[in-house]
Amino acid sequence: MTRTRFVVVAAAAAATALLVTGLAGAKTSAVKGTITFDGIWTSSSGQVQFQDVINAFEKANPGIKVNYKPVGNNLPTVLATAVAGGHPPDMADIAQPGTIAQFAKEGKLKPITYAKADMAKNFAPAWISLGTFSGKLYALPFKAANKSVVWYNVPAFKTAGVTPPKTFAQLLKDAQTIKASGTPAYSIGGSDGWTLTDMFENIYLRTFGAAKYDALSAHKIKWTDPSVTTALKTMAKIVGDTSNIAGGTSGALQYGFNDSVTNAFSSPPKAAMVFEADFVGGVITSSTKAKPKTGFNTFTWPSITPGPDASAVEIAGDLFVTFRDNPAIEAFVKYLTSPQAAEIWAKQGGFGTGNHNVPASIYPDPITKATEAPILTAKSVVFDMSDNQPPAFGATTGQGEWGLFQNFLKNPKDVSGIQKQLEAAAAAAYKK
Amino acid sequence: MTAGGITAEPPVTAAPSPSGDSGRLGRYLVGAFFLAPALFMLGVWMVYPAVYTIIRSFFSPTGFIGHWVGIDNYKTIFTTSTFTTAIKNNAIWVAVVPAMVTAVGLVFAVLTERVRWAVAFKTAVFLPMAISAFATGVTWRIMYQQDPNLGAINALGKTISGVFSPAGPLQSALPSTPALQTQGGGMILKTPLHPGGVALLGLTGIPPTAVPKSSAQAVTPAAKPGDIVGTVWRDFKPGGGKPGVVEKGELGLGGVTLQLKNSAGKVVQSTKSSSDGSFDFTKVPAGTYNAAIGSQTFAKPFGGYAWLGPNLIIPSLLIAYIWIWAGFAMVVIGAGLAAMPRDVLEAARTDGATEWQTFRRVTVPLLAPVLSVVFITMVINVLKVFDIVYALAPESEYAKANVIALAMYFTAFQGTGDFGVGSAIAVFLFILVIPVLALNIRRFKRDV
Repeated sequence: MTRTRFVVVAAAAAATALLVTGLAGAKTSAVKGTITFDGIWTSSSGQVQFQDVINAFEKANPGIKVNYKPVGNNLPTVLATAVAGGHPPDMADIAQPGTIAQFAKEGKLKPITYAKADMAKNFAPAWISLGTFSGKLYALPFKAANKSVVWYNVPAFKTAGVTPPKTFAQLLKDAQTIKASGTPAYSIGGSDGWTLTDMFENIYLRTFGAAKYDALSAHKIKWTDPSVTTALKTMAKIVGDTSNIAGGTSGALQYGFNDSVTNAFSSPPKAAMVFEADFVGGVITSSTKAKPKTGFNTFTWPSITPGPDASAVEIAGDLFVTFRDNPAIEAFVKYLTSPQAAEIWAKQGGFGTGNHNVPASIYPDPITKATEAPILTAKSVVFDMSDNQPPAFGATTGQGEWGLFQNFLKNPKDVSGIQKQLEAAAAAAYKK
Repeated sequence: MTAGGITAEPPVTAAPSPSGDSGRLGRYLVGAFFLAPALFMLGVWMVYPAVYTIIRSFFSPTGFIGHWVGIDNYKTIFTTSTFTTAIKNNAIWVAVVPAMVTAVGLVFAVLTERVRWAVAFKTAVFLPMAISAFATGVTWRIMYQQDPNLGAINALGKTISGVFSPAGPLQSALPSTPALQTQGGGMILKTPLHPGGVALLGLTGIPPTAVPKSSAQAVTPAAKPGDIVGTVWRDFKPGGGKPGVVEKGELGLGGVTLQLKNSAGKVVQSTKSSSDGSFDFTKVPAGTYNAAIGSQTFAKPFGGYAWLGPNLIIPSLLIAYIWIWAGFAMVVIGAGLAAMPRDVLEAARTDGATEWQTFRRVTVPLLAPVLSVVFITMVINVLKVFDIVYALAPESEYAKANVIALAMYFTAFQGTGDFGVGSAIAVFLFILVIPVLALNIRRFKRDV
């Protein structure tokens, strides 16, 4: 029943959209029209800010109306069904490049080559390649989250007498000092498999660099590769240090991402640090009493192998794609590449961008500045690996990569066993 | 839908139409008119999706239809561990839940016939039926939390175990040097001691809040001839400090019970440390000794069972599910009991049957039809089980607790978006339910 309803609702919505844009397309002289946009942000998570971005565009282009639909976390499902049914929205926000690659391969997307010049003005080549699939520019990385961040409890670090580590070796040493001070060092939200893949990805990126990272993302390197062995063994130094994890292994498996944040920033703290992206800040301010700088702060993921990629940044983010092509959509896409569009949201917080014409001074508080500035200056930027892979492998609850990394957390000693299972799951997902 | 069907039947009192064919046609038209809405809805929401799902299950993952892959999707179901686990788990559910629900319901139904507050009791047992399975899942997930400060079940365990084995004052402490080793829950300094020696027992991993308020700067006591002296202290200062060395800023741990063990491992003397952590074993005869701290000091509080962990997740789910449905079984069986002829029971008792014999040989056989209704209903419910697993199991245990319907949802609608395999699982589930449904329909027909 549920599936049918999805199809019907999505089809009805998309059919209306088609009708409206069809009418708009008839008048080619003045740019007029209505754009339907399906996004993940709801009223509690960014819809208001994105609407501000839209409002500024509509003000400048009175003939164009953008209808934003807040779909929420169901977006991938809703979109997949709408696309399968043949009636997608005009534009959508997709967080998984793997999905975009799939849609592009099936010919469902329209290239946004017309915006390439505007993008080149505002974004580094690394960002344009993020939006390029099989040689064509399909996606605009509008919003980016820095995933190479570690959040720490300032009083817990002070009690232990340690300062934010710069290198991984220092991190491990500090973690032992923190344990000796009476607080477990690590807070892990292993019930959400993606927190574990994020940790692995940062380790892999910092050990082997962006080129190899991208090769593993694309499954050009197998998961049984020795480099994966090395990275997993490095990761085991953290997840295998059971007595240094809040709640031990079994606790880490039951805590979700939100729990891992509240554990580290409650008083007294149950752990001293959380390895997760810039969005941790929102959880800290909404569910704990910790204050920026005095209660919580961040440091960049410590470097492992010295070299140009020692400070590479892993990002996750929202890529905008178009399912149709008309002057109204073109105008909107070009507008979204501009620093003005990004600044509207950036100054309200909770927003990062790779648009280097956005000044870092626009961010409202020092912590956001600290987490978002590296994105602007980073020499190499890679996209979250699990989002890059086919969702069957990289983004399915309890299955594929997420489920297997949870198994790895359960038993960090079995590196080769996990590698074989990862490779088998990846091979099956890439075959389809 | 049923209403449409009934109205479609020709009225019994209608007079035979004089003009044969046209009258019959009219009646058919009226029938069709009344049937149409029901048929339309059935077609759009039942027949079309069902047929589409069956066809879809033979095609590739993506797109409205994809390309033909034959029975590959079905092969995937039986060769991928995710799905075989789900099928195995469903088998466990079918084996355990219907029988348990029927049994528990029967016991409740028979007992409530005898107790004074039957209505209150029945209401309490039936109440879970009024809550959605999802809400039940969320509630039980909270009750099952491992941390006794969060989960009600482990909180109960903590209260009980706290009476018998109270937590020690330094529960999280760890030895600061390799010379100090854990042994039988306590710690022992492996460095051999002789009279006149000094024992340094440095402990780390103690949060500042757990250090007794009266503690003073730790000191290394001067050696005394004939005594073994020493100190037990929090061997940590910001930055770590030097392990095994008493430094400025490191606090002594007062009130810790220390033991002196002889070479045979027997405790020969016991003493308590003072607020600067120092202690003194007096008048020790010549020999080799070890200083130790008893296990009570480090006794960990009850940490709770991992109800939601890999080993207990399936029983935890089954318990919560039986809790929901026991009330349903009780009410249905209770109705059956109320309708049972009392004279048979009376006759059995008059003939000298014990209560147990009456129950075994008379009540249960007479209730058999009702029991089988409950059982079959539960088999169907359990095959389709989804929401409670989705809400109760933590994501890290989905792989372990997976059931067919959940696997179908994740495969088709979450991330993967594999409509081919998703449809194949749905069809497989449908096939599993068919025999049970057929049985039920046959029963309905017989009852009519």
